[in-house]
Amino acid sequence: MEKDRKDNNGQGKKGISRRGFIQLVGAGALATTVGDVGKPLPAAAAQVAEKGEMVRVSLQVNGRRHRFKIEPRWSLLDVLREKLGLTGPKQGCGRGECGACTVLIDGQPRYACLTLALEAEGKAVTTVEGLLKGDELGPVQKAFWDNDAMQCGYCTPGQIMAAEGLLRVNPNPSIEEIRRGMSGNLCRCGSYAHIFKAVEQAAKRRRTV
Amino acid sequence: MSQESYPYYFDEQTVPETPDPGSTPKPWGRTSVVGKRQPRVDGYEIVSGRAVYPSDVSLPGILYGAVLRSPYPNAIVKSIDTRAAERMPGVLAVLTGSSPGANIAWSYPNDVKSRLFESRCRYEGEAVAALAAETAYQAGDALAAIKVEYEVLPTAVDELKAAQAGAPLVHDGGNRAKSPEGYQRGDVGRGFAEADVVLEQNYRTECEIHTPLERHGCVAKWDRDRLTIWQSTQGVYRIQAQVSEILGMPLSKVRVIGQYMGGGFGSKLAADKETIIAALLAKKTGRPVKVFLSREETFLAAGNRPAANMRLKAGVKKDGTLTALDFTCVATGGAYPAGGTGNTDWQVKDLYLCPNVRTELSDFYTNTCPSRPFRAPGHPQGAWALEQMLDALAGAIGMDPVDLRMKNIPSFSQARPGNPPYTSTQLGKCLTEGAKAFGWREARSAAASSGKDPNRRRGVGVACGMWVNGAGAPPSTIIVKLFPDGSVSLNMGASDLGTGTRTAMALIVSEELGVRPELIDIENADTATTQFATPSGGSKTIPTESPAVRAAAIHVKQQLLAMAAGELKEKTASLAMKGGTILSINDPSKKIKMTDVAGLKRQGLIVGIGYRGPNPANKATNPFAAQFCEVEVNIKTGEVRILRFLSANDSGRVISGLTYDSQVIGGVTMGIGLAMTEARILDKNQTGKIVSGNWHDYKIPTAMDVPADIASLPIDFPDNEANTSGAKGLGEPVTIPTAAAVANAIYSATGLRLTSTPVSPIVLRRALAAAAKETSKRDERK
Repeated sequence: MEKDRKDNNGQGKKGISRRGFIQLVGAGALATTVGDVGKPLPAAAAQVAEKGEMVRVSLQVNGRRHRFKIEPRWSLLDVLREKLGLTGPKQGCGRGECGACTVLIDGQPRYACLTLALEAEGKAVTTVEGLLKGDELGPVQKAFWDNDAMQCGYCTPGQIMAAEGLLRVNPNPSIEEIRRGMSGNLCRCGSYAHIFKAVEQAAKRRRTV
Repeated sequence: MSQESYPYYFDEQTVPETPDPGSTPKPWGRTSVVGKRQPRVDGYEIVSGRAVYPSDVSLPGILYGAVLRSPYPNAIVKSIDTRAAERMPGVLAVLTGSSPGANIAWSYPNDVKSRLFESRCRYEGEAVAALAAETAYQAGDALAAIKVEYEVLPTAVDELKAAQAGAPLVHDGGNRAKSPEGYQRGDVGRGFAEADVVLEQNYRTECEIHTPLERHGCVAKWDRDRLTIWQSTQGVYRIQAQVSEILGMPLSKVRVIGQYMGGGFGSKLAADKETIIAALLAKKTGRPVKVFLSREETFLAAGNRPAANMRLKAGVKKDGTLTALDFTCVATGGAYPAGGTGNTDWQVKDLYLCPNVRTELSDFYTNTCPSRPFRAPGHPQGAWALEQMLDALAGAIGMDPVDLRMKNIPSFSQARPGNPPYTSTQLGKCLTEGAKAFGWREARSAAASSGKDPNRRRGVGVACGMWVNGAGAPPSTIIVKLFPDGSVSLNMGASDLGTGTRTAMALIVSEELGVRPELIDIENADTATTQFATPSGGSKTIPTESPAVRAAAIHVKQQLLAMAAGELKEKTASLAMKGGTILSINDPSKKIKMTDVAGLKRQGLIVGIGYRGPNPANKATNPFAAQFCEVEVNIKTGEVRILRFLSANDSGRVISGLTYDSQVIGGVTMGIGLAMTEARILDKNQTGKIVSGNWHDYKIPTAMDVPADIASLPIDFPDNEANTSGAKGLGEPVTIPTAAAVANAIYSATGLRLTSTPVSPIVLRRALAAAAKETSKRDERK
């Protein structure tokens, strides 16, 4: 079973494929928890909320803890945007298709639009804002800027988080691995060729930092 | 002066000569900054996540609006019951066509009228009602509680069926949207008689949907009689004009802001119903209201590039001379007058020398969402036909497809009255330099010889394109301000769609003044604080705005030099600027730092105003492109891997090198989508509803679908006759030939002409199987 889940998640050392990414996020949503890959899912969240009832949730976002009262149906994305006022994670589709909302949950890229805020409780959530040190950009952000790996820029924060997640598990990806790692994030302006270059350069910079 | 002591200006940069007031500046010679590969000036805001797009705008007390849309492509609203919705938690306002102030006329071209909330729904996604609630979740709940009774009518969603007698009527007057548009020059009959080879072929491109990453919508806020709208748009002034007209308000009381915007591709040139709905909901509730379409709504109600059904007959002599082109296209602008067939024939009429040309365009109404301009409207469709035909003609006369195109390059516009010459055309260079850089001849002969694996075949393709616009035009007004410390701000009305407009304009100011681009603060796309601009679109933003920006920067220099002339006791004409210092050309010891000019200190600010001058009379200005592509086709599976692409573009002078390349790879990527993956699929025979109304079912290219190797080869030829920056448009020409280049490469690999988009593995596999069957039949007969 444990082995099966690993396979189904599409998660390997080399990053997460688009399909695996969706399954991973989807499986988390169904089980109302975001399980670590390969670990059994905890069965804790079995309470039933009444319609319209508010529940307490405590989230650790970019290293700080925040407490909210929300309807249980609120997505992580809506809490990040509406309650915390973050503008990095974007809503492109709200249905797990585009990846504009990608954040890291315990270091892994996830679609925040398909993650309930409750599922992220107890996990470390990192948004694109969390890659900055003060005003200083992180290496992936810098590489995206230098290579013009953006056009309208709306998908860019999500692309950066997908790249960050990829490089954390695979610091030296091949071009095919970069494609796979970035395949859960759509860019309608079509900047992929520059995104590939940016990820390659970011990988180099991360290794030398 | 060292950089440390005076960091705002480039040390050794002598800025271009300052022309006398009223005279036209000379073309730039060698530029110092213009053309550089400068990372975009707003890149920090984007990669840090701090850029605030209209959909990020949040205000105290903001409400969330949502629009109820017809689920039927053709239906009459019999009744709407909003009582339950009004009682739902958090709901503050519900609007229907019978709400006070909401019975608003909605106009389409050709005087066709509709209503904001229309009771005769002519397409799936027509607005029926709207509401505002405290949260988006509550708005969604309440929307589901509105009860609408519809009388469902039979639908005509396929343009070819809508054209037939007895088809369900979209409008009472019949389904023909307008009388067919015809064009003729020479005599095609005579042309075909003169030809050695005549070919005729049907082509079809499927309907594409823009789907920019940021959804369409706005935030609307009233301060008594003043309305502020933060809108994701390509043109704030266009929105302002529309809102003012529809709501009957003075322009001065409508402020539209859209500094950042998350993509448009033509679908955000104008305001649609959601903007007016947001304004009405905000008025009714006395609170700011945000209305952004859901992703699904953007597939239903935010325009499209309609499908094109084309037929092209072409004649050529053995030496490659084109003798005749006869083109017809049937398409639909949807349920109301809109783009439809527009410009599908432009390249047939104007791209290649041909004395005998006839085209006919027929538009029919269908029960589908009205189309909107979509990156080079009509052009990729027309190129899909024409460029595959050129390839086939080349094959038929045994000529290299590059050579056939080279043989037929015009120096003047044949389709425009009076045949005006082009201010510049580098189509020939696009082809020759592109072919050289791509290694066309080597790749072509390598593709012809079969590789090791008989199931994987390589092929190469070429295609050309031109864009009907791309000259830019007045009006545009730009303001450049010089502060007493030498820093500069640029104020322009134009939106930056991600094309790099802000960066390009900063480079122009930097070129003229010598100030570092990062020191230039840019304010743009705000009707209250920036100057009039037409919407960014039509590949006209750079050629429209850049001459005006240059003029504004020159105006600053003229004022500054006049001040310095008095202080240095020199003539203005004998002063030059270098590295932030003004010095006498005759006596270099006479100099003054810009920041020491007493006049500037006293005045506190120099304001330079620039206007876009007229285009040259009796000339045509167009951008051109040639693209080359190599594919590998898996014969067993029908999968096509695009291995590499090269786009050679004649868009005049390159202003901003890096964002130029981004435009190129973006256009190629979008063209790959047209060729390979994208299709709006409708349930034609039954409900007429869209069945690919999301990004899972409507497939735009992902990182898996495009080559990493997309080369941009600018033919950096300043068009100094066109305007004072020498730039032509780029955003649209880059996507025009792409799909056809892919199809031609697939032909080169397989010997099969795939004349309908998208060329999916299933389609290609079927074609391969059919061809194999044909071959074995033929062998049996032998």
